[in-house]
Amino acid sequence: MSARAEILSTIRRSLGVTGNEKPRLDTINERIASAPRGLTVARGQLPHAGQVALFKEQAEATLASVVDVDSYQDVPAAVADYLRQNNLPAQLRIGSDPRMAGLDWGKTAIELSHGPSDGNDLAGLNHAFAGVAETGTLVMTASADNPTTINFLPDHALVVVSAKDITGDYETMWSNLRAQYGKGQMPRVVNWVTGPSRSGDIEQVILLGAHGPRRVHIMVVKD
Amino acid sequence: MSAHPTTNRFIDNATEALADPQLQRAMNNVRSGFIDKRAAVAAKLPEFEALRDSARDIKNHALAHLDLYLERYEANVTAAGGHVHWARTAEEARKIILGICHDAGAKTVTKGKSMISEEIALNAALDAAGIVPVETDLGEYIIQLRDEAPSHIIAPAVHLNATQVESDFRRVHTHLDADRDLSEPVQLLTEARQVLRSKFLAADVGITGANFLVAETGSSIIVTNEGNGDLTQTLPKTHIVIASLEKIVPTLEDVSQILRVLARSATGQEMSVYTTFSTGPRRAADLDGPENYHVVILDNGRSSMLGTAFQDMLRCIRCGACMNHCPVYHAVGGHAYGWVYPGPMGAVLTPTLLGVDKAGHLPNASTFCGRCESVCPVRIPLPKMMRHWREAEFERHLSPATMRSGIKFWAFFAKRPALYRFATSLMMNVMGWMGRDKGRFSSLPLASGWTDYRDFPAPQGGTFQSRYEARRKSTPNNGRAA
Repeated sequence: MSARAEILSTIRRSLGVTGNEKPRLDTINERIASAPRGLTVARGQLPHAGQVALFKEQAEATLASVVDVDSYQDVPAAVADYLRQNNLPAQLRIGSDPRMAGLDWGKTAIELSHGPSDGNDLAGLNHAFAGVAETGTLVMTASADNPTTINFLPDHALVVVSAKDITGDYETMWSNLRAQYGKGQMPRVVNWVTGPSRSGDIEQVILLGAHGPRRVHIMVVKD
Repeated sequence: MSAHPTTNRFIDNATEALADPQLQRAMNNVRSGFIDKRAAVAAKLPEFEALRDSARDIKNHALAHLDLYLERYEANVTAAGGHVHWARTAEEARKIILGICHDAGAKTVTKGKSMISEEIALNAALDAAGIVPVETDLGEYIIQLRDEAPSHIIAPAVHLNATQVESDFRRVHTHLDADRDLSEPVQLLTEARQVLRSKFLAADVGITGANFLVAETGSSIIVTNEGNGDLTQTLPKTHIVIASLEKIVPTLEDVSQILRVLARSATGQEMSVYTTFSTGPRRAADLDGPENYHVVILDNGRSSMLGTAFQDMLRCIRCGACMNHCPVYHAVGGHAYGWVYPGPMGAVLTPTLLGVDKAGHLPNASTFCGRCESVCPVRIPLPKMMRHWREAEFERHLSPATMRSGIKFWAFFAKRPALYRFATSLMMNVMGWMGRDKGRFSSLPLASGWTDYRDFPAPQGGTFQSRYEARRKSTPNNGRAA
């Protein structure tokens, strides 16, 4: 008997089932089809403006920095501000998200490089799929437009999130993701990012900048 | 250590641990850190207790339909272009992983933190096959340099102090300036970051564990704070996930409920920094990510736990709260338990995986204070299951002869109440008279197991039974306090 067949048959013997019982099949089909939300956490159940404010507050509590920008056209200046304030060279690794395609970087001195990071970038910029107010969590989806390496290799992860994509809870974010990608379909990777990389492995003291970005800087584009 | 369990030596291990000043200093960090952080973050979320119920119910539902959810999960991984492999035993899992590494022409393998990898002793197998495994979680990296096993399931190097890490880094990182300053923990972290960055970029295969497997989408999930798991699985051409079969949850909503109690119970964070949902290999248009995605599903005895008194243990989400709150773990640390899983969850799980004959001592390492169950995010009745193991151990005559004869000696008196009362009151009087000056004993014959570590108070009067009887007679409501 193959390992697969033997494992499944041991599970079924232990549970006292055959695997062909219709009520059990109906149960799991229904569970997956309806994906019940479970218990609602009150914290994020706010009017949208309150959710945006909560997202910023929670993200700052995880030691990310957050700024508001009025429109996408203001993103290059906000990036330039951040790089200058942190004494970083005017260089930026960036994906090709269409929402940031027409930006006028010429007004800044920033030198852009496109595509995935090879580990030699100090700062990178991706666009988030969403933000979740409940815990100040960014939701990044992998694609050619937003390469995953930009989220993890640069010391400074800069992220643009559109205020309209900020949800109160994870469950609302998942239904938005299903609406975009299709039921049961996922981007190759969905990364929840809640603050900068850290470790408590030495004497339980939390230190920032373990293997991922030392800093996370979020730019919230107003509605 | 994982290949050669020392669970049989628990009592000797614990005795050595109690006498180890470095370990005792390090364990203070557990006592003070984890408990307060968890309590504070739980208090901030009014729904926390209800979410624990929800997490318990989701895991129970998943286990009751495990066969069907596993099949659905496999179908969805395959549809996303990934490969699912099934392993009955640790040996089968090692063979599958070595085969994938061989096909990938792997020379070095980076690894995210995985307790299943420890359980199957994967690093030793990779080494033997000429493949260099590189642990990338800071704690795992440190203990790999020391050739040690993790002493905690989420904080593998919690038994060490910074000065010990400094001397290991100086011993191993000989290419760096010998006069560099490593007196601050942040300097140790920065050095590990630099050393490991090149290893991430050079690795041929990345191996991670999985906190959850989602049947609805065929996704594997890892939860980390450092980002090492993400670099491990993003940069090499091949990503291998190794997960035990009880990691299955039905939907994304279900796992979101459980994630709300995981980090809060583990580190006292509202959410860990990185929670990553991976579904298959790099897509046609992608510019990064692994080209091959494999999942190895390990049984190793778990399927036989279903339908038994130990089924509830399969709900465990490996947060570590039980050991963080365990007075026995605080006293002896994780290595004393002698294998991969320490603390209360290890005391229950290890005998099922290794056999009660090898690990029967571990369920005895409990004061039955119940704190483990009171903090478990999926409400596993750990003390009850430890009692099951104690009964099994006693029934199979595996407990030591001294313990068995001690219990028989006690039972002889307990079955004869008059004799019991006479003997205990005689004892109380003698001990009360002998200890009348100091009020305590620092040594007692046959009781060094107690008095080596703390004083025994001298009796202050009659036995409990005689005092209860006297009180009952002197008060109108039969001895009960008004």
